[in-house]
Amino acid sequence: MKYTDYYAALGVARGASADEIRKAYRRLAQKYHPDVSKEPGAEAKFKEVAEAYQTLKDPEKRAAYDALGSRPQGEEFRPPPEWARQHAGAGAGAGASGFSFDDADFADLFSRFGGGRGARGGAIPGEDFEVPVEISIEDAFRGTTLSLSLSLPEYDAAGHVRRVPHTVKARVAPGAVDGQRLRLPGKGGKGVKGGRDGDLYLDITLKPHRLYRATGHDLFLDLPLSPWEAALGATVEIPTLSGPVSLKVPAGTSASKKLRLSGRGLPKPRGGAGDLIAVAQIVVPPELSESELSLFRQLADQSDFNPRRHFVAEGA
Amino acid sequence: MNLEAEVFWLDEYREIGLRELVEMSGLREAELLELVHSGAIPALGQGDAGYRFSARVVTVARAACRLRDDFELDTRGLCVALRLLERVRTLEEEIGRLRAELPR
Repeated sequence: MKYTDYYAALGVARGASADEIRKAYRRLAQKYHPDVSKEPGAEAKFKEVAEAYQTLKDPEKRAAYDALGSRPQGEEFRPPPEWARQHAGAGAGAGASGFSFDDADFADLFSRFGGGRGARGGAIPGEDFEVPVEISIEDAFRGTTLSLSLSLPEYDAAGHVRRVPHTVKARVAPGAVDGQRLRLPGKGGKGVKGGRDGDLYLDITLKPHRLYRATGHDLFLDLPLSPWEAALGATVEIPTLSGPVSLKVPAGTSASKKLRLSGRGLPKPRGGAGDLIAVAQIVVPPELSESELSLFRQLADQSDFNPRRHFVAEGA
Repeated sequence: MNLEAEVFWLDEYREIGLRELVEMSGLREAELLELVHSGAIPALGQGDAGYRFSARVVTVARAACRLRDDFELDTRGLCVALRLLERVRTLEEEIGRLRAELPR
């Protein structure tokens, strides 16, 4: 396992008082808490800070942590047998109790102190876990089956913890939107001493798509139009998630005009679907042929259309 | 182990009761009721079987539980935090919609 410098995580000295540790945690929690922070990497940073605080705020855990000595952050190490006997329970690490450091994370070393899970008392429910999951817009439209590989902590009756790999399969029916939350009852951490198993929560986000931008069940699509299609009107073929459809572009369509295809967005769980909204964009050919130039010049000479008429104040 | 897990959607199309919300959120019933009475966690209504909620509020209630534990907030502090988070969520949704409307 890799050594974690909890004092460095909180930005305090090894001799910091309990009050200094609490203040450092609060300052960092306000900055990185995943429910309030949008900083990149905030969730991982908060996890480090919270893990450090959980150990250093508890005198028993802090003493056990300090007894490991000071090491470089991330250094591979194994708790000495003496430490294991004194702090992790008789026989720990030696295999006699079935507990092995090989399956544990650094944080797991301190999880059974102070009435840790299963260390004492009766039935304890398993922990809930939240997992971010990214799916494509096509998967949200058609539905998909997720196969999640997780490493979840499991506790024995003595409170020893080990990481156990799990594979969870879950069918996501059509209609998931960005920010959709799903609950998988009983697929979280194992309960201890007859406690119910925890739940797994999936936080779904939609991957960026090369054509569509999703908002709720609606999809937005840029619709490039030539100047003559926008001016004269046209019937164009546009891609939808269920295949191409024809869209009638009315004559006189300006840039940014929204053309709505009802029910062509993402399906809704109780029937119906969002809309596909095509946003018109007028695209001028990057290079004009002589004949095109001539036609545009002819149009410019004959038209009295002024798209900037409103710049001139009334009465000026 | 190829069995698919049961999946429960936490959205506005599903309803849950107070007991389920307590179990899923980790909040105590008294705390939850205080948050409901203050309006920080909206209830759909109160029938013979007690309060009914949109399953969407499970996310809000779980966030309340994390904020309570991680910042040692009391219920009044939670009410303020949840209201502000709801405003942020609404504004983010609005920004997301406006961004989706903008051409690339």
